[in-house]
Amino acid sequence: MHTGLYDEHLALKGKIVDFHGWSLPLNYGSQIEEHHAVRRKVGMFDVSHMTVIDLHGEKVVAYLRKILSNDISTLTSRRALYSCMLNEHGGVIDDLIVYQFNDHYFRLVVNSATREKDLDWLKKWAVEFSVSVEEAQDKCIIAVQGPEALAIIQSIFSEARTQISELKPFHFIQIKDYFIAQTGYTGEKGVEIIASPAQSIVLWRKLLGAGVQPCGLGARDTLRLEAGLNLYGSDMDDKTSPLTSNLAWTVVFSDDRDFIGKKFLANEKKEGITAKLVGLILNDKGVLRTGQKVVLADGREGMITSGGYSPTLEKGIALARLPLPLTTAHVDIRGSLKSVAIVTPNFVRHGTPVYKPLVL
Amino acid sequence: MSILPEDLRFTPSHEWVRVEEDIIVVGITDYAQTLLGELVYVELPDVGDIINQDEDCAVVESVKAASDVYCPVAGEIIEINDDLEDEPNLVNDDPYGNGWLFKLHMDKPEQLDDLMTAEEYQKQVADEAH
Repeated sequence: MHTGLYDEHLALKGKIVDFHGWSLPLNYGSQIEEHHAVRRKVGMFDVSHMTVIDLHGEKVVAYLRKILSNDISTLTSRRALYSCMLNEHGGVIDDLIVYQFNDHYFRLVVNSATREKDLDWLKKWAVEFSVSVEEAQDKCIIAVQGPEALAIIQSIFSEARTQISELKPFHFIQIKDYFIAQTGYTGEKGVEIIASPAQSIVLWRKLLGAGVQPCGLGARDTLRLEAGLNLYGSDMDDKTSPLTSNLAWTVVFSDDRDFIGKKFLANEKKEGITAKLVGLILNDKGVLRTGQKVVLADGREGMITSGGYSPTLEKGIALARLPLPLTTAHVDIRGSLKSVAIVTPNFVRHGTPVYKPLVL
Repeated sequence: MSILPEDLRFTPSHEWVRVEEDIIVVGITDYAQTLLGELVYVELPDVGDIINQDEDCAVVESVKAASDVYCPVAGEIIEINDDLEDEPNLVNDDPYGNGWLFKLHMDKPEQLDDLMTAEEYQKQVADEAH
């Protein structure tokens, strides 16, 4: 499948790869330069493969309080929230962002690889709450990220300069037909903009003209890994609990609601959490890779769920799920055990290293 | 794809070999570095290591993946490219020059006959690309 911006990627000589059925650029030349552009200035990504779902109905609030583990009752109009959607066994069906237009109209942006199962699940539960579940067709999403992102968006949407300057993280505005939310997947300031393909092409070209670096899937992955943002299917899935995926902060156990998966997670908490998603930094030179085995001092084992090279730290970094309690650890790289530091799973924010040691 | 240096020999697994009497210099081809993308780490053998033909003896790691390097001819490692420790991207920038990986003293120079000419390698790459 092609996004509405496919021809733009070809014109920019993007190296096109298959990503869950979508033809998207891996990079436009140098993944590392694209990564640095977002950390130091501003970059843009075509994320039109993501699935946008609009929910309408009188009981949509009750519906979302049932199917999401985070509590949307904290939202007001024009605000957004990150949440997991869990199955009855506390496993993560998907992670998503939910946007509130009003009490009867919400929007979800979910992953592309999980599109079908998400829609099936959402529609199954929609019956009881008489909610209409409609996938937005024929749209594009452009993410503009980096320390200069908001200034550039203000200059491009100059008629709404004040509104944009007042936009806070996890808030959104509608300017003409452009849906502009201050969200992202890089650990930098920025926006994600949903619009029609025709309008998105115009916007893409304006951004390019303003000097914004186009960035591919490669930089998107190293940026989100440095920011310690989970990747669905790698760091958590249907079989892992948010409580062992560094996502406990997204689960709200208030007494007044019974969300799907709550009983299971409450029991898991009572019996004691047995694993934790942590950050790893390779002490030697080299790269950590997804799937590598982590060996604790007493022989217990964990696994790297997302590994890679950090262009900002110039070191191998990873997210890994390790059994508790933690000790010092080594990673098995091609048969030899390499020492790693165990740190908070959040390496770089706003261009600056922010991780702290978890095990000394 | 760029013109291949005519004086080199090549392996099916994308290593190149430059023969200097009974010593060979080994690297990976321009095609290989393009496929891998930007290198961020190169793991080299130790000087003095005795390596068999086709044995994996080095690893090149890019932002995307790790890839083994196989020894084109049996022998002893006599020198490694230390510059790659701090500048692995030399392999991207100059694969047939400053991006060389190691030098080896050949035990069995007759194994050079197993390698491909530039023309033969060019043909393999053209077949792989289509």
